[in-house]
Amino acid sequence: MANTFIRIQEADFDLTTEITNLRQGDLQVGAVVSFLGTVRDMNEGSQVKAMTLEHYPGMTEKALHDIIDQAKTRWDIRKTLVIHRVGPLLPEDQIVLVAVTSAHRGEAFAACEFIMDYLKTAAPFWKKEETPEGGRWVDARITDEAAMARWRKK
Amino acid sequence: MKIELRFFASLREALGVQQESITIPAQVNTIADLRSHLAQRSDVWAEVLGNNKVIRCALNQQMVDAGTLLEDGAEVAFFPPVTGG
Repeated sequence: MANTFIRIQEADFDLTTEITNLRQGDLQVGAVVSFLGTVRDMNEGSQVKAMTLEHYPGMTEKALHDIIDQAKTRWDIRKTLVIHRVGPLLPEDQIVLVAVTSAHRGEAFAACEFIMDYLKTAAPFWKKEETPEGGRWVDARITDEAAMARWRKK
Repeated sequence: MKIELRFFASLREALGVQQESITIPAQVNTIADLRSHLAQRSDVWAEVLGNNKVIRCALNQQMVDAGTLLEDGAEVAFFPPVTGG
């Protein structure tokens, strides 16, 4: 749990501030890798005007802690931050930030991708999109399952 | 045995239920049993929880499979495959 930071929030966040806070004060950090997920204005051939993100309070935090703990057993990483927004969002909005610090870049690159792939299939978030045809819940993608499955072989 | 049910996303909307405390009959032992039991409530429940639907389940906020045994006082959540990130 130490050096793991998880926030589920409606509010937006500032990328530079978050990365600075995560890495500052740790002189062993030589690499910071981050992934930022944003809202597209098209999905499955329909225009997306807005979306709402729902989650399972309590389980969400547990699932993310579990995913990060798994990453820590695989790679030598320093600190990890996951921010995931919930509630109403618009195209271009920031949805999710995963940031990992480590001594060398290889560990941080791998851990960041692993955490993101697992988040996509194991963390209880759901997107509902507003399209010109009405509201619709986003279907899970087979490609997300495949992205997670490839980590099992390693 | 008493359990606390939770539903999320499309399941919550279709069933019109977010949370519910229920007492389950003695023959309902597993997650799969519970799903079949709930599917008998009405046509809507049968449709939403039918075996042709891909549904995920969590027991006490941990993802579990259909064969997992229920326990008294457990929180059981049903929801569609997740789509965050």
